[in-house]
Amino acid sequence: MRRTSAIVAALLIVAAQTYAADIPQRQRRSGYSFMAPDTKAMQDDDTANPGMLWVLDGEALWNQRIGAADKACSDCHGDAKASMKGVAARYPAFDKALGRPVDLEQRINLCRTERQQGTALDYESHDLLALTAFITHQSRGMPIAPATDPQLAPFLEKGHELFTQRQGQLNLACANCHDDNWDKHLAGSAITQGQPTGYPMYRLEWQTLGSLQRRLRSCMTGIRARAFSYGAPELVELELYLMSRAAGMPIETPAVRP
Amino acid sequence: MASVLVNVPKRAKRGDIVEIRALTSHIMEPGYRRTAAGEVIPRNIITSFACRYNGREIFCADLFPAIAANPYLSFFTTASESGTIEFEWIGDNGFSQTASAAITVE
Repeated sequence: MRRTSAIVAALLIVAAQTYAADIPQRQRRSGYSFMAPDTKAMQDDDTANPGMLWVLDGEALWNQRIGAADKACSDCHGDAKASMKGVAARYPAFDKALGRPVDLEQRINLCRTERQQGTALDYESHDLLALTAFITHQSRGMPIAPATDPQLAPFLEKGHELFTQRQGQLNLACANCHDDNWDKHLAGSAITQGQPTGYPMYRLEWQTLGSLQRRLRSCMTGIRARAFSYGAPELVELELYLMSRAAGMPIETPAVRP
Repeated sequence: MASVLVNVPKRAKRGDIVEIRALTSHIMEPGYRRTAAGEVIPRNIITSFACRYNGREIFCADLFPAIAANPYLSFFTTASESGTIEFEWIGDNGFSQTASAAITVE
């Protein structure tokens, strides 16, 4: 009996590892490749891509002085075209002071509160999305290159666990759709691989730009699980795992998705 | 912080048919939605758009609640002379937005 359960356990572990395996590099596909030609055309043309409106606003905010320090992002970081190139490709990154990973939105807010001595921006607020979009846009076309800080390892592992952990009333893990069934359809919609290449991105369904955390929360609501709050460590861990799972894929920000 | 993206070819040959594209940032709140408390969210949309080529109107449109946020309009005109192409959006709550672009016709 004990032996049988040991075999069952061993089989379960093997099964879990098979399901949890990352999609091989050559098979990694951006959500872009699942879209209709019209939506692709909208993303490709910077004068038709509504996400570019946020990028433009973000550029204005980059140069705007705020807070008690009366400093703009550009006063420390200079021209974003040079200083921010490739930065978004390696986020979330480990923050030594906090002892945990922070995503780009949190990094912007840390800068605002600590360096500029101003107020933090709310998640999904226009200004935070605009700044995030502007900064990430500087890395467009560059491959995602996750931070290699060894201190990130336990958080990455937690993110991976969350990705493969069944949750909610529908009892689904992220992996059940985005690893196991990404070449199939759910009703009329393509199931994508869930690669975070274009965030913040313009979703036609949302009629606005949204962050990766908003997308993750929508998925959790979709499987009837209780979504983590914006900025929760769990969401950052998931972001961290998703970025490592998408290593090497080019950044598209601002992407357009249906 | 409204912003606009317009696309007009910088140069064109006389008689060429050119495409003009205009994208503007706007919430386009239809006026039919309600808050969680049941109150109607007031309508806030762009109601009209006009495009003028050296002062002459070449395209105009009325917009309605069913049009998506951040409306994008694309249309064609014949490049007849060098000059400016002006864009104007007018909407609820006194919304007004303008933009212009230069075109050189050879």
